Amino acid sequence: MQRYSFLRHVGHALRGHRHWQPAWQTAEPKKQYDVVIIGGGGHGLATAYYLATRYGIKNVAVLEKGYIGGGNTGRNTQVVRSNYFFPESAAFFDHSLTLFETLSKELNFNLMFSQCGHIVLAHSEHELEQQRRTVNSIRLNGVDAEHLSPQQLKKRVPLLNLDARFPVLGGFVQPRGGCIRHDALVWGLARAADSAGVDIIQNCEVTGLQLQGDKVVGVDTSLGGIAADRAAIAVAGHTSELARMAGFRVPITSMALQALVTEPVKPIISTMVISPTIHMYISQTDHGEVLLGAGADVYNSYAQRGGIPAIEETVAAALELFPSLSRLRLMRQWSGTTDITPDTTPIMGKTPVQNLYLSGGWGTGGFKAIPAGGDTMAYTIANDESHPLIAKFGLERFTIGALIDEGAASGVSH
Amino acid sequence: MLQIPCPYCGTRDEAEFHFGGEAHITRPGPEVSDEEWSDYLFNRENPKGTHFERWCHNFGCGQWFNVARDTVTHEIDAVYRMGERKPTPENVLTENKRRLA
Repeated sequence: MQRYSFLRHVGHALRGHRHWQPAWQTAEPKKQYDVVIIGGGGHGLATAYYLATRYGIKNVAVLEKGYIGGGNTGRNTQVVRSNYFFPESAAFFDHSLTLFETLSKELNFNLMFSQCGHIVLAHSEHELEQQRRTVNSIRLNGVDAEHLSPQQLKKRVPLLNLDARFPVLGGFVQPRGGCIRHDALVWGLARAADSAGVDIIQNCEVTGLQLQGDKVVGVDTSLGGIAADRAAIAVAGHTSELARMAGFRVPITSMALQALVTEPVKPIISTMVISPTIHMYISQTDHGEVLLGAGADVYNSYAQRGGIPAIEETVAAALELFPSLSRLRLMRQWSGTTDITPDTTPIMGKTPVQNLYLSGGWGTGGFKAIPAGGDTMAYTIANDESHPLIAKFGLERFTIGALIDEGAASGVSH
Repeated sequence: MLQIPCPYCGTRDEAEFHFGGEAHITRPGPEVSDEEWSDYLFNRENPKGTHFERWCHNFGCGQWFNVARDTVTHEIDAVYRMGERKPTPENVLTENKRRLA
């Protein structure tokens, strides 16, 4: 891997930027791998990266049916936070946030991580009370969170309309929360995994799993069969389809979640703002676009495009809280397929098939979990035992009734 | 925007309807194992392709009915009333799909 540095950049600039190496090699699939990871999104690449760098398993392939950054990692709204209610979730997501804090340096790739703060608004006395309880719980979990009065909110977000139809009565902030350039994360991980010896194979769709008894021994792909001692599923919106190939059922519903950006303007919003009641979240990207998101379309969908009603609701909610955005034109709108679980907690760990591991059910909040998801899955694959941080995220929780119902604490409801 | 043909009122916009999830799920008796009960409660077919699902015409007649819809194209292949037999894959194919097939 050619390291990136200021001096190297100057050197390349003087030569007209014509001699940069590709960030990762185009690999042809080998006949056999120790671990095959299905899905080249953030979670798949992070798992491969940590397997190769922390757990010493380097004969690894990542199979991506499209191109790196073309799936959900390039479609989410870049939010990174760990303000979760339950101890299991908080420990996991804070591990992720802590890894993010040093990841740019570790990957030698600028992820443009901005810890600009993540603000949640309250619009009624009841919501304020619930927020007090949530903040207490977050702090007991060892995560940072502070209450904000309407005046403090106005100071941080001057454009915010406090006298909306449902007036803003307060809120809380996680100061360490913020956003990351999502493409940079997936490119940085692909580059680092490649340099650690991982084969990244794009345009390679998995069409079936090779099973021997109740054990996985390989995968069938559009580029032919590949033998594998172990395999992991990390396919964001397609977990149900892969589980069907493996012969087990999962408690997942796939839905389309949309996001939209306006035309770029000068910096006007310096933090992430989310309103669970009015149902929207908003931030401004580094290149000036105001980024909006809200609820998912209400029916099963693999279409990767959203319907007009959800856009209308999102925009109406955004204008209620930020009326000054009314003259901005929407520039782009897109959608990703999100795998929603009944308790909005991911499903991670072993599966009913031996040597097959699952990282799925990320719903609408998988992006922020990428480093922790990769680290804990790599541990799980290397040791054939769930990492302690994900021990309660297994598929068996639905049978024993140990759900981790994070619905109330996970941003806007979907 | 989906255009959903309600079997009672005719075709209306998606905004008038409420989605009720997968259709044809049968509640098992009290004697089943934890695995079977959990399968009934939580596991869903969630196919990439034809999905059999329930809709309610909330802001219309208020009736529940079943729909066979493609989850990739969002094309509605069949609409049938509660209690009617689930269509087989052959007879849910729409004209459009027959032409392509």
